[in-house]
Amino acid sequence: MSKLKDILTPFTAWNNLARDPVTVKDPVNDRPGSARYRGFHQNDIEKCIGCGACESICETGAIRMVPVEGVETKEGDSGLRPEVDYGRCCWCALCVDICSTGSLTMSNEYIWVDEDPEAFTFVPGIDPKPWDKEEKGWKKPEPDYELNIKERVSMPQREAEEREDSFIEIVKGYSREQAIAEADRCIDCGICQATCPAHMDIPDYIRAVREENLEEGFRIMYKTNPLPEVCGRICTHKCEDVCAMGHRGDPIAIRWLKRYIADSVSQENYQQALQQENPQDKDKRVAIIGAGPTGLSAAYYLALMGYTIKIFESQPRAGGMMRYGIPEYRLPYDALDMDIDYILSLGVDIQYNTRVGADVTLDELHENYDSVLIGTGLHAGKSTRIPGTDHKDVHQAIKLLREFSKGNEIPLARRIVIIGGGNVAMDITRTLARLQNQKYGEVHIITTSLETEDVMPADQEEIDEAREEKVTLRPGWGPQKIEIENDQIKGLHVQRCLSVFDENGRFSPKFDEEDQAFFEGDMVVEAIGQGMDISFLSKKVREGLDFTQRGRLMVNDWFQSKQEWLFMGGDIIQGPDVIHGIANGHKAARGIDMYLRGDLRYDEGRNK
Amino acid sequence: MKKNNSFDQSPDRSKYPENGPDNKPDIDLSSGKYSKVWQGPNHPGVTGNMSLELTLCGDEIVDAKTHVGYLHRGFEKLFERRLYMQVMPTCLRMCVPESDTNEYCFAEAVEELSGIEAPEKAKWLRMLVLEMSRLQMLLRVVPGQGGAFGLGIGVQWGMYVRELVLDLFEELTGGRVYHMYMLPGGVRGDLPEGFRERAQSVMDEVFRFAERIDNVMFTNSVFKKRAIGTGYIDPSWVDQYGIVGPNARAAGYKRDIRKDHPYLRYDQLDWEVPVLENSDVFTRSRIRWMDMQVTASLIGQILEKMPEKGSFKAPTPNALNWRIPKGETYVKAEASRGEFGYYVVSDGSAYPRRIMLRGPSYTHAIALLERLLIRANIADVGAIMVSLQTCPPEIER
Ligand code: SF4
Ligand code: SF4
Ligand code: SF4
Repeated sequence: MSKLKDILTPFTAWNNLARDPVTVKDPVNDRPGSARYRGFHQNDIEKCIGCGACESICETGAIRMVPVEGVETKEGDSGLRPEVDYGRCCWCALCVDICSTGSLTMSNEYIWVDEDPEAFTFVPGIDPKPWDKEEKGWKKPEPDYELNIKERVSMPQREAEEREDSFIEIVKGYSREQAIAEADRCIDCGICQATCPAHMDIPDYIRAVREENLEEGFRIMYKTNPLPEVCGRICTHKCEDVCAMGHRGDPIAIRWLKRYIADSVSQENYQQALQQENPQDKDKRVAIIGAGPTGLSAAYYLALMGYTIKIFESQPRAGGMMRYGIPEYRLPYDALDMDIDYILSLGVDIQYNTRVGADVTLDELHENYDSVLIGTGLHAGKSTRIPGTDHKDVHQAIKLLREFSKGNEIPLARRIVIIGGGNVAMDITRTLARLQNQKYGEVHIITTSLETEDVMPADQEEIDEAREEKVTLRPGWGPQKIEIENDQIKGLHVQRCLSVFDENGRFSPKFDEEDQAFFEGDMVVEAIGQGMDISFLSKKVREGLDFTQRGRLMVNDWFQSKQEWLFMGGDIIQGPDVIHGIANGHKAARGIDMYLRGDLRYDEGRNK
Repeated sequence: MKKNNSFDQSPDRSKYPENGPDNKPDIDLSSGKYSKVWQGPNHPGVTGNMSLELTLCGDEIVDAKTHVGYLHRGFEKLFERRLYMQVMPTCLRMCVPESDTNEYCFAEAVEELSGIEAPEKAKWLRMLVLEMSRLQMLLRVVPGQGGAFGLGIGVQWGMYVRELVLDLFEELTGGRVYHMYMLPGGVRGDLPEGFRERAQSVMDEVFRFAERIDNVMFTNSVFKKRAIGTGYIDPSWVDQYGIVGPNARAAGYKRDIRKDHPYLRYDQLDWEVPVLENSDVFTRSRIRWMDMQVTASLIGQILEKMPEKGSFKAPTPNALNWRIPKGETYVKAEASRGEFGYYVVSDGSAYPRRIMLRGPSYTHAIALLERLLIRANIADVGAIMVSLQTCPPEIER
């Protein structure tokens, strides 16, 4: 029986004759790829920033970053775009998953036929393809799917109660583990480097943190920035604004990593870490006016080249705005001095308490030195010029900060109104708040600015921390008049500010006259910006200079002015901030070197 | 069942060569009694790219030697120059037809070394993919056994059902054959909407297919005649040769890592490990046929028991800088062929120091095959290889 069954049963296969065929006639059109199919690449060129993370993760080497027509290199965009080689690609889509901006995706296309083998190496999004607009296909899985950590390692800080009545540094700095964890998040793309005014080798020193090669990191930093202790604390971190990781989550804490490196090399070891050889002395002399970031940076690089340097500084200590503008809780003097001491230790001569124009003239410097660099910065506080500003209890923030840094007593009312929305406004606000706390045990400060909070120029963390320190912020109000009664300031009249700039981006505030307010106070501080004071330029020198239409000084790419022996940089040219000063100083140093070797003419560099 | 492949039952010993001093058959090709043929590397009767050097006496094999090395891609060496995340899309190529076990073992090993645990949901999804992978493999190899004897119809049916499973794969993972779905930390996607229902209807198709294949293969006098007694594995060889998976279970060994050392969430599933006696081509084929149905039912269970919600990937560090703490581990899983394992050594850098694969084909397709082929008929060589489910890509890493 079972024998017979074994012979007959297989014939049940004939049943299938009655079934419909299971194959599809036109598999490509009748059955498109699934919504997640990993088909051919698409790239949203506008969104892509050319960071090359896709290239780095591709294990087959199928991606190459190439320049493409129509895409320019700009801040935050390398100008390159990924080119995919389908002779190598394995369609793993790791490139899609890691893409910093989410611009790279895949279509659900199955088939691509072309008789030209070269066609299969293409730049998605640039070389038009039929699947460019296809919605279906592999996209980075959402949500909570990441091939990186989105959140930055948070910085340990002193709590508000601990800091509100003292000038102790707020930020504590990363520990070894924290620094390495933060450095690990970096994708090594270099987008930041292009944007950093000093073009610091950021990915390289971040790698040094990761690999715990801190002396190497220190050397890398000094190649482009001789003030890392300072920048590691108060840099305006343009790099972080464009960091590729910022498109996905928090940007890398570049500034804190810099600080970590700088802090981990002790001052005795600077020499050894930097491995600098003594340069051959050159018989040329350079005078530098101002020992701020520009002057110090230029002095450092010029000294390394063997020039004889002399800095003329109007204040009793070096540092400029870094010392006399930025409060100690942000930048402790010890840290600042570490940077400055090393620069001065290279044989840079400095003459304090000497104001050029008063104690010595520019013409004298011109006579005695082969080249002069001006890095005086912006120290003249601007006034709102509203009625009442000539009262004795109306002060300039920049002046108060300077006096306080020098150890002098500064006026301190019980109730203070501060006008300004930038970092200087925050600095004076928080300084006075600390002093009020010390003296009166309470804070009564109103800080008001034209700009609303979303467009206030101050760093967000400054704004947040000021609030934590119990300061009242009233952004979006325009000052009208200081109310004075019996020669006593009573407060500030303001009205609602509707917009700060006109459509051409020019400063032209519009107000709502209906919406008025009054901020009570016994003292008013203006912190609405600083101007330059170049009265020390003699008429002869001034006449030989180029000015822009808006009255700014004009220099070429090397910060050389039309008076070819005279170079200028820092806040009077660019910025204002420390890192531009450092970058300008470095570039000016190279310019001065070229000029002194007879290789640089004013017209050769493009005008700035 | 008759064991006609053992030495004691050989009809006429004088045909076969005596053993030489090294205890190996002493074959004198010039005697004219023997001829040598090569089966492979290009031969439809060989499972993949390897070749067999066969010495024949008439149509019976008196000596067999296996040769591998035809598709050596140096993966294990390549891994030493790949970031951990980059290993994922490469490692699965070690076994083309059942790539997911590679992904699983590797991902799990990295997680173990770095102290990361994949989320609950990911564990279920991994289990689902592993079972789907086993299923599509069995849908090839079960009817493939008939194919090796010239019975093509089952293969065509099997391929159709397998395509349906691949459709499911495409929906879930974005790929049909190389899924690249499990990566250290979890998986790359949640169940698409409506997946459960579609998967269930494919499983129904699998059961129908199993019934049909039962009719055309296992109740087929020709197949039986060819398969029963062919390629017999004596139970005493199982540990001697390191035989695992269905090849061992067909010889009475109830071994299955999913039961013996449960990983993922296999301890929450309900099933019996199939075991049979008399491991010949027929029994081994039969046990895979049983496996196939067990797997289809497991898939149903997984879909039913899988948590609805939850994350499918744990946070992992930047894939470009992921350094794995120093250490080593061996992670194993039950593939359709048996124990499959990854030995991963990390030196603390972002690149693996060593990754080594333990695959069942290494023993099955070399030592065991060489032994099984002696006394076999040359026409059965292909069938014996299929019955061992050998996979040369996995031998050559
Ligand atoms: S990772 Fe994304 S953003 Fe970066 S280059 Fe590639 S496609 Fe562009
Ligand atoms: S899909 Fe994979 S192999 Fe292809 S380009 Fe992207 S990362 Fe490279
Ligand atoms: S810090 Fe940001 S922008 Fe710079 S290399 Fe790293 S990821 Fe790229």
